[in-house]
Amino acid sequence: MQVVQADVVVIGAGGAGLRAAIAAAEREPRLRVALVSKVLPMRSHTVAAEGGAAGVTRAEDSLEQHFNDTVSGGDWLCDQDVVEFFVGHCTAELVRLEHWGCPWSRRPDGEVNTRFFGGMSVQRTWFAADRSGFHILHTLFQTSLKYPSIRRYDEFFCAELIVDDGRVQGVVAIEIATGEIVVLECKAVVLATGGAGRVFRQNTNAGTVTGDGMGLAFRAGAPLRDMEFVQWHPTCLPGTGILMTEACRGEGAILVNKDGYRYLQDYGLGPVDPWPRAKAMELGPRDRLSQAFWHELRKGRTLATPGGPAVHLDLRHLGARKIHERLPLITEAAQTFAGIDAVKEPIPVCPAVHYTMGGILANVRSETPLRGLYAAGECASVGIHGANRLGSNSLVEIMVFGRVAGESAAEHALSPSPVNADLQNKAAEASARLLSMLKIEAGERLAVLRDEMRDSMEEGVGIYREAGSLGATCAKLAELRGRYRRGVKLDDRSRAFNTEWLTAIELGFMLEVAEAMAHGALHRRESRGAHMRLDFEARDDVNFLKHSLAHHGGDGAPRVEHRPVTITKSAPKARHYGGEGKKAVLS
Amino acid sequence: MKRTIQVECLRYHPETDAAPRYQTYEVPFSDDMSVLQGLQYIKDQLDGSLTFRWSCRMAICGSCGQMVNGVPVLGCETFLRDYYPGKLRVEPLNHFPIVRDLAIDQTDFLKKLESVKPYVISSNVPQQGTFVQTPRQMEDYYQYSQCINCLLCYAACPQYGLNSSFTGPGALALLHRYNADSRDEGKSERMKVVNAEDGVWGCTLVGYCSEVCPKGVDPARAVNQNKINSTKDYFFRFWLK
Repeated sequence: MQVVQADVVVIGAGGAGLRAAIAAAEREPRLRVALVSKVLPMRSHTVAAEGGAAGVTRAEDSLEQHFNDTVSGGDWLCDQDVVEFFVGHCTAELVRLEHWGCPWSRRPDGEVNTRFFGGMSVQRTWFAADRSGFHILHTLFQTSLKYPSIRRYDEFFCAELIVDDGRVQGVVAIEIATGEIVVLECKAVVLATGGAGRVFRQNTNAGTVTGDGMGLAFRAGAPLRDMEFVQWHPTCLPGTGILMTEACRGEGAILVNKDGYRYLQDYGLGPVDPWPRAKAMELGPRDRLSQAFWHELRKGRTLATPGGPAVHLDLRHLGARKIHERLPLITEAAQTFAGIDAVKEPIPVCPAVHYTMGGILANVRSETPLRGLYAAGECASVGIHGANRLGSNSLVEIMVFGRVAGESAAEHALSPSPVNADLQNKAAEASARLLSMLKIEAGERLAVLRDEMRDSMEEGVGIYREAGSLGATCAKLAELRGRYRRGVKLDDRSRAFNTEWLTAIELGFMLEVAEAMAHGALHRRESRGAHMRLDFEARDDVNFLKHSLAHHGGDGAPRVEHRPVTITKSAPKARHYGGEGKKAVLS
Repeated sequence: MKRTIQVECLRYHPETDAAPRYQTYEVPFSDDMSVLQGLQYIKDQLDGSLTFRWSCRMAICGSCGQMVNGVPVLGCETFLRDYYPGKLRVEPLNHFPIVRDLAIDQTDFLKKLESVKPYVISSNVPQQGTFVQTPRQMEDYYQYSQCINCLLCYAACPQYGLNSSFTGPGALALLHRYNADSRDEGKSERMKVVNAEDGVWGCTLVGYCSEVCPKGVDPARAVNQNKINSTKDYFFRFWLK
């Protein structure tokens, strides 16, 4: 067993992980930073983010407005002290990315341009055409090469955290190319592993988005918070779930049903004119738009496509020039994956799972309740998204809290902590557990369990939920976990680059993360943000203006409890979109 | 309507195989199925040991580069229908060592990328706010910033195939991306890589790299531009002596 000595281990090398590694290296260059990822950094899912990142810059904008948009967008389930910290640090991080070379789209005078986004009252989304995540990721990755204290472990799969004496002391990983078990001993771990959208069938996420970090932390004793809040992005290609960015609508695209009618006006998002208008119609928040689709489907006003029911996202009136300048990626993707020329035809779209608002409980310093363990980015719940994330808050979250996590972890690593003698034993036990998966002689096929999980999540934990189907999904997940424990039989028993083995480990994480989502949803007997209950249609601030915390229940179901939300200056009100917004002037 | 196509994959396992071999699978497919989805079908249903990389499945992460019937492509945006009724032969990208099956060893590229110092080098970072850079100035480097590091250009490059110490199209395009950026002052540091025998002068201008690039980057142009820069650099150094 190979042993690596490090001070800070960062797991995940997407935007949050790279930013954390850079921050740790800048905080103290003597610290040994190990950046561990199951894929090369530039393959991480940050690469697929399209629309942009929010940061207050315009004269008519203010931190207060970004705060208010975020808190109301989150249906008041945000921790307001954390949101205040967040909005205050966004712009500086986006400027830093610019200094590092990020090609943000510019105005003719050479200043950075901004665009509208759903639920945002002012144009505050910085963008690099519609390849914002790609440019952020490559800028961070290439910049990280400047720091000699960052040592990368590309294509190492983290399978377990070593916790002893109440603190995280190491990580057990598999070197993918050889299948060798590697132990990274360290003083602090930053989890930056992204979301868990792959627990659903139709999603916008890369194949890697399997909730590994959430699973690692959950098993190690850190609670998962607000997992029932799953974001459906309203405009994705039916069948594949490939994302058609919200920036389409930010630039002025409209949504129409099969009759050519702008149906959002029927769901509290109108009036249609004057148009376009911030926070109204197509610039409403994602939860409301995906819910509107669900109702249109019920009313029989969607189109039938080979990939399933859809509505039309119409960009044609923007003109070829603007479409190609601002939205080149989705124009190509619509052509390649749907055979649609967005300049000439509307694009059929439908909602697909996009983002996990919840995650590993972490505070404003990115600290989890487990000493030495930090979390940042989509895998974390620091409390800024509440019940519904606004588009363009997550690409800047990875910067703001990636940095915080890296600095906090570095400071922790600099404080003296005694070496624990039991580490080797724990690592040997973990290694035996992992290798035993390769020896199972009888069991089910991986894809069977995976597909049953996805179908059950779509069925029970969809855009609208109710106790009956949620209970059925909880039972199904318990059954699937039982079958998983009895053994998955792998075709591949070898060590070198055994991706079937890794997929089996990922499935273990996914089943437990899915369970936290389903049980969280069952326990939340109200409708709020992205969590809609047909049997509890109203928001219930008396009983549920609370975070939910899921604690790992071993082989059994997670235990769910509720905890207060931090409200500092914005008392809960009704969420208003539509008519209250002012007319927008697009630039 | 489902039809069936034969997919012949190169197989190589470092623990058991002395040399690569081929294995053919029968894959039922619909018109919208990509080569990547064909491989996923094989892995899920027929043979869990077939090994390949993939991630975003929307042509932006650069993971699934492979040779399909001898041409370097991204598997996710190449469709089975276009090969029917013939069969497909799927192989790992040319010119790289094979780790297993369709997965190649990418470390050589990562070293080359690092060698071109792919980051802004500047002594004039603004204290407040961003650099000013006009859309016109962005045009000088923008297309080169679109490289997704998928390595198709290396698989296409005959020079890299003959001599893997050649810095190669992708890394040289990224070198030019920073040299051409108005915010950057690191050109002189990068000229060592440009001028070296394995730098731009290794290129024999076949131009196949630009042809196979899935993102419309033109590495051949970047290399050519830097041949001019390298020549100027050479003359100026003499002239200054």
